[in-house]
Amino acid sequence: MIQMYNVSKIFDNGVKAVNDVTLHIPKGDFLFLVGPSGAGKSTLSKLIFREELATRGKVLFNKKNVARYKGKEVPLLRRNIGMVFQDFRLLPKKNVFDNVGFTLQVTGKGRREIKKSVPAVLKMVGLENKSEMFPKQLSGGEQQRACIARAIVNRPPLIIADEPTGNLDPVTSRDIMSLLLDINRRGTTVIVATHAWDIVNSMRQRVVALSAGQVVRDEEKGAYDRCR
Amino acid sequence: MSLDNLTYYFREAFSSLHRNFWLSWASIGVIIISLLILGSSALVVINARCLADQIESSVEISVFAEEDISESELDELGDKLKLVNGVDSVEFVSSSEALEKLKESFGEKKEALDGLEERNTLPDSYQVKTVDTSLVSGVAENIEQMQGVEKVRYGHGVVEKLMKMTSWARMAGVVLVLLMSIAAVFLIATTIRMSIFSRQYEIEIMKYLGATNFFIRVPFFLEGMILGTAGGLVSVALLFLGYHGLVDKVNSAFSFLQLVGGGQLINYIFVGLVLLGAIIGAVGSSIPVKRFLKV
Repeated sequence: MIQMYNVSKIFDNGVKAVNDVTLHIPKGDFLFLVGPSGAGKSTLSKLIFREELATRGKVLFNKKNVARYKGKEVPLLRRNIGMVFQDFRLLPKKNVFDNVGFTLQVTGKGRREIKKSVPAVLKMVGLENKSEMFPKQLSGGEQQRACIARAIVNRPPLIIADEPTGNLDPVTSRDIMSLLLDINRRGTTVIVATHAWDIVNSMRQRVVALSAGQVVRDEEKGAYDRCR
Repeated sequence: MSLDNLTYYFREAFSSLHRNFWLSWASIGVIIISLLILGSSALVVINARCLADQIESSVEISVFAEEDISESELDELGDKLKLVNGVDSVEFVSSSEALEKLKESFGEKKEALDGLEERNTLPDSYQVKTVDTSLVSGVAENIEQMQGVEKVRYGHGVVEKLMKMTSWARMAGVVLVLLMSIAAVFLIATTIRMSIFSRQYEIEIMKYLGATNFFIRVPFFLEGMILGTAGGLVSVALLFLGYHGLVDKVNSAFSFLQLVGGGQLINYIFVGLVLLGAIIGAVGSSIPVKRFLKV
């Protein structure tokens, strides 16, 4: 699904965030992107999402170079990628149902489809009884579930979660990770950038470790850190 | 574009208008003022044109005989006038008839002239009409040479003066409207920029969810159009009421000054003002939308 060939990203201020990364992510993969802050995890996600363009090298999504997407096509690329954020980014004035339905609304789907799809997704993430509540009335874990529901409601083939458990307690973090794994088992490719070493170690999924913008380790059924 | 989308665009546009309530009203106010100025100057120009036409088509030559002329000589002069080349008709107007005419042209205000009968200084005259208005000055010159003629008067220069005045009114109107329109465009741009800033977070999320630029921009564009159109409608309503009030008053008070009461041209002006308001709104909103909504 995603191929990166010798990808580098150098920002205008000279910072080399990603340095000569070659990486293949097949369809249906579950992948942890680990490494210290500033290792280039977020930049790598942004390169796939085409929020940033690679300075050198190629990023292919479904065999198409993301740099080739011109202005108007970028939203179409992004509809294939569900984003999950550390700070959830829910709209405070919309209830859970409308937040999740917002994905469908902004991509021009009709009310009928929203009424059909949203309840099903809310049930899947376990928020079927909270659809009328507003983000403020939800716990952190519930807000993250709502954010995940919003990311998957239009059935994108890829989910990118940037520190999805960064603001959550350990128990809730595990719940969220197992929800993401559950989504992966239904066929969605999932990339999780995280610091949560204990979860990474216990889940035994593919681990790509970044350091100073370079891939220093890529293991099937890996761990956060070899020393642990 | 589905109906659901359309509902969304309008709902978002109106909620933004509500959020920036005072700024929205300020924009509408400036649009109203600028369109009122534009509309008024257009009406002035139209009426001046119409008046000029009226004057042009009714240009008569007033021929005043010498004071010491005898009655028979006066009649003779009348007969001679009929023989001048280019003359269509000749009518004798005695001094009392002249006063009567003057009174008539004052309409309801004719009491102002009461009591002038005893001290009537208006002279006897012949009113000469030419076959064609272009012949007026030539015919007038010929008549002036004739024996027994004291003075010849016709509307020479009046039409030209009127046109000159209206061209000034039009110029001043255009400059003023241009300045006001620029102000209106910038005020709308500010309003829209404010509403973009207040929804920055939402816009960012929309981009993440794969909303097209078009989808994100339409509500803001619509917001500007609504402001402009509302300003246009209000100014047309004010202009309509004000102008028709004026027409009623003026037309009943002065029979010599008839304002254009209605008709196609006036309707075009009103429709044009509303359209111009919408255009101002569209231009005003497209500036910040292009500048601040880069994806």
